[in-house]
Order: sequence, then structure tokens, then C-alpha cells
Amino acid sequence: MTARDEAAPGRALARLVTERAVIVCCGSGGAGKTTTAAVLAAEAAASGRRAVVVTIDPARRLADALGLAGLTNEPSPVPRFRARGGKQKDGGELWAVMLDTKSTFDHLVELYAPDAEQAERIMSNRFYRNISAALSGTQEYMAAEKLYELHDDARFDVVVVDTPPTRNALDFLEAPARLTRFLDHRLYRALTAPTRVGLRVVNVAAQAFLRTLSRVVGGDAIADAISFFQAFDGMEEGFRQRANAVDELLKSTDTAYVLVTGPRHDTIQEARYFARRLTDSGTPPVAVIVNRVHPRFADSVRPAGRRRPAKGSARAELEANRAELQSVANAEVAALEPLTEQVGGVPVATVPLLATDVHDLAGLGVVADHLFDRSG
Amino acid sequence: MDPLQFFASSGLVIVAGKGGVGKTTVTAAMAIAAARLGQRVLVVELEGASGLGPSLGFDRALDSGTVVLRAAGERGCSGTIEGRMISPGEALTDYLDDHGMRRLSGRLAKAGVIDVVATAAPGLDDILVLGKVKQLERAGDHDLILLDAPAAGHAVTFLRSARGLADAVTVGPIATQASDVLELLRDPARCQVVLVTLPEETPVNELVETAFALEESVGVQLGPVVVNGLYPERTALAAALADEEGRAGSGDDGLLEAARFRLARQAQQAEQVARLSAQLPLAQVHLPFCFSARLGGDDLETLADRLVDQLGARAA
Repeated sequence: MTARDEAAPGRALARLVTERAVIVCCGSGGAGKTTTAAVLAAEAAASGRRAVVVTIDPARRLADALGLAGLTNEPSPVPRFRARGGKQKDGGELWAVMLDTKSTFDHLVELYAPDAEQAERIMSNRFYRNISAALSGTQEYMAAEKLYELHDDARFDVVVVDTPPTRNALDFLEAPARLTRFLDHRLYRALTAPTRVGLRVVNVAAQAFLRTLSRVVGGDAIADAISFFQAFDGMEEGFRQRANAVDELLKSTDTAYVLVTGPRHDTIQEARYFARRLTDSGTPPVAVIVNRVHPRFADSVRPAGRRRPAKGSARAELEANRAELQSVANAEVAALEPLTEQVGGVPVATVPLLATDVHDLAGLGVVADHLFDRSG
Repeated sequence: MDPLQFFASSGLVIVAGKGGVGKTTVTAAMAIAAARLGQRVLVVELEGASGLGPSLGFDRALDSGTVVLRAAGERGCSGTIEGRMISPGEALTDYLDDHGMRRLSGRLAKAGVIDVVATAAPGLDDILVLGKVKQLERAGDHDLILLDAPAAGHAVTFLRSARGLADAVTVGPIATQASDVLELLRDPARCQVVLVTLPEETPVNELVETAFALEESVGVQLGPVVVNGLYPERTALAAALADEEGRAGSGDDGLLEAARFRLARQAQQAEQVARLSAQLPLAQVHLPFCFSARLGGDDLETLADRLVDQLGARAA
């Protein structure tokens, strides 16, 4: 990014939504990732692209606004996306998907199972039902998988993703590699070995390992897991290749990472950690969006000689209020400095804390006007 | 009259809420409040979080060793605050060591098995952590253990893991652990959950959902709800604004806009607080928005004051 971008984050963001094929919004929970993702996708659509936004857990009213009221894992067009009227370029489309971890996983199983019977065997397994819905890391992996699927879908030019609120910063980025690691781990091999070569010749270490594990977890869980992995037999290669392809997409130059944060010190600390991790993974953020920054209000020009307002007067009350709000705004600017410094020349865009919360297309439009430097 | 009644009513308080609502701040303020009342407090953070230590003035993130964060007599506290982190890996190792499986624990740790087991047996890492918390609670070295829980969605899965595993695994040490943890979670004399929210639409919705989910699927006792970040109400502001608007040509738009902004946010916050009361029949504790982006030591003391006042009023 050049110095010019830093001066005009709106222009940099506008380029982002018109050029990139994948935009990933990441940041800690509560920072406004979902709203930001929706705004970026809507802007891409307004610029004439066919955009799809993948949301993880939208607020109910935002989900309603995006036409996602009925939980759906398939992209659906956002019905009322016409808000910008004449400004909208031809051909632009806005679609939205609410990630359903289990359906996405089911789809993968169907894709890689050699036949319907094996797919059925896997999907009815208790262990599978557990992990496909609740496994920590599954949601992250499936979000990445969905992203890949939509990127591959000829209906869309750009995919914007809202990442799951992970416990650990970048589980999302690491999910594909984690799956590969899992498939390569000797525990997995031990679990699947019996069908391959017959129990008799399973290596001693693997058997000991299984015994060890059943002492801790209990035999039932192990039996369930074994039958799952046996049903899984022969599909690992497909899964591994897919995981590698997803990983490649996440690291390719088609994909841009936008770091979303709030203006308070603790959230910024987390954002700095995210920024560092993104940079370490070779995918530094291309923009930072700071949501809900306290607005600044113009200072009074007190005519020379005019005295301070009397204590307890209406004027004093108004000034005290402004001073309080101003002190938050100042403190927020100071809190942001280390982050701005850390990300170097990357544009940092701010969205003010609005008088009302954002929960519909009009609200998204207001945020967009701030992000893309459109006044009025 | 006695705010101590709240803190003394159960040995474990789990603080949970959506990301960004200030769980860690509330946990720290509660620790200070309890320590002022003379309690020996242990704050516990989970692996992956790192804010609790620094917020209580520690110079780095907490690790698995227990450290003293505030000694008796420091800053008006007659009690003490200690802190530590719990990770699933260490919890497993400790567990196996304590149950005569020391040889196993080394092998499991070496094989990187926690990562894989956590992938294959959902909830296992959570149960290990909660099992460790249970052990600390049973040890009785502290009057109060405050657990800074994972973000809301995770909190439900986290606390539900005990029930899930108790249903799925019927024998073996993990099954025992799961049922022990479930017993702890369901005993109001030992454990309660304090949910934290901001006075905003989405966090309030999520809190209500979490509250019902926790009550139904875990059967845990819910303590008062903490509403964090309320703008301290300027009661004279509306009249002052009307007064100034009535005066023609003051030319001071910034002043008026600031007042309108504050009143709009205050009204919206009041609306969300009312909605929360209507939807969830739990007592509320209100904590003020602090007008500094970085919570300083004094802000935490103020929040602790408010907690003591309001919990005291409740107990009365």
C-alpha cells in the first residue's frame, strides 16, 4: 500500500471491493465483523460485481434485512438490495449465505464418498453427528470450505466472509492445515488401520495407543470413533487435496484480509495480535476498519473576555457533556496509535459510533458512506 | 445489607458473555469487590485469552502458575487476589498424574495427543478445564473462584460439554470427571453464572438466548446480569439542550450535537435495559461507561464500588 492509500482509506477500500475475489473480515468478537462484511459486499455489488457475503451469526434484524430469516446454507439473493437507486452500476448483485456447519460438512462427505451408501453410513454415525455440529474447529474449517465453494461458483465475482468468533485468533486460517495434520496423525492412522490391514498386523504401537486412549476417554467413544473413521476409509485423499486447495486460496493474492476492530484498548490489543499473526502467515491485512469510534464535536469559539458559564447553568451542563465525550474520543485516538503504527502504511478507516445501531440496509448504507468517504 | 452474601453464596462464579462486552473487566472488578470484603479470590483465565492479568496490574499474561495479583492490605483490600491460567493440555497432564497414570501423561503429551483428541472428541478439552476448576474449588484454598469464560456461543458449548460427555461416555475416568463437573455446575451452593452484556440490541438478544440455553441444557444457577457500559445519566442535559436551542443564534453547533448524541444513546440504552428486564426475570447490576479508552486502575476501583453497592442493595 502506498502513502496515498493511507491518506484516503476510502479509496483503498473502494479498490479492494472492485478488484479482489475474496475478502476475509477478521477480528475479535463484538468488533462488528458481520456488519462490515455486509457493507463491503453491498459496495462490491453497487460497483457492478456479483457479490456474495457469508455470514456466521448475524444479529436477527440484520439477518432479516439480508433476507436470511430462514436458516439457509445456499446463497439467496438479497431482495431489497436496490437501496442506492441510480448510483448502482449495471450487473451488480448481492447474495447472502448463512453458514450452516453441518450441511457444509454433509456436502463435502457426499462429494468425496465413492457411493451414496458410504455417505449414508458416515452421516448416520453418532460420532460424525457430534463432530459435524459441535467439533471445535469444524466451524472454522467449514467457513473456509464454504468460501472455497463460492469462490469456485461461476455465479459470483467476489466472496466476502465474516469469520467465526474463534477462541484463538486465527483458527480460521489454520483450519485446513489442522485437518491435514489430523489426517496425518498416527492416532488417526491407528483408528483407521484395522480395516486396511486387518487387526492382526496392526502395529503394536498403534494398539497400545488405542488402549491408552480408551482408558481415558472410555471404550464407547473409541468404538464410535473407530467405526466413523472406518466408514471414512478411502476418502482422506480427497479431503486432504481439498484442504490443500482451500489453504492455497486463503494464502493467494486473490484473497484480501481486512482487520475489524473497536476503538477500546483491550480490543485494539487483540487486533494487534491478529495483525501480527496475519503478517506471520504471509497474509498481512490490507486494511483496518475501526468501528464505533466516538464522534468528535466542534469546539466552541469563546469570544475573548466572555466568562466561563456559571456552575449549574444549562451551558455548563452542555459543556460538561461535550467534554466527557471529547475525552473518550481523544483517548480512543491515542489507543489506536500503536495499531496504526504497527500496520505501517495500511489504510485505517474509521466508522463513528452512530446515534442508533445498524440493523437494516439503510443502516448499512450509512456505514458505507463513512467507510467510502462519501459525505452526506 | 451485606454484599458479601452474594460473593459468599457460592465458591465458583463463572463470568460469561458475548465478545467485546467487557467480561474480563467485570471479572477483574468483581475480584476487587470481593477482595475488599475480605475474601481470598482466585481469578482464572482460559488458554487463548490474555487480558485478565494486565487488567489487574500484572505485567504479563497469566500462565499456569498461580500468582498474587493483590496482597492483603493493598489498595483497600483486606482479602487477596490471585490469578492463573488453565489450558486443556496441562489439565489433562495434571489429571492423569493425580490418578496414578503419570506414565501415560508423558506419552500423551509427547504425541501431541491433546490437539488430536480435542479434534476427535468434542468437549473433551472443555471438560478437562472444568475438571481442573472443580479440583481448585474442592481444594478450598480460596473463598471465591472467578472464571472468565469463553465468549457466549462458546460458553454454552463449554458448559454443556459436561452434560454432552456424561451422556456420550458412560465409563472411564472422563465419564467420572464429566459427572463431577455437572454436579458442581448444577449446585447453586457451589456455582453460579454471571452473564455480562452491553445495553445494545445484539448483545442483549444473545444474552437472553444464552441465559435460557444455560438454564435448560445445563441447569446452572444464574446470578444477577451485569449490564456494562451504561452512559452515566446526565439528568439535566435534556432541559439544558432545550434551553440552548431556544436561544437564537448561539452558533455553537458542536455543543448541541454532542448533547443530542448523548441523549439519543442514553435513550437507546434505557430501551435495551427495559427490554432485557422484560425478557429475562433476573436481577440486573448496572456498571457505568468509563470515559477513558483504556481502563485505568481507578476505573476498576469505581466499577468495584458500584458492584459492592448494588450487590449489597440486592442482598438487603
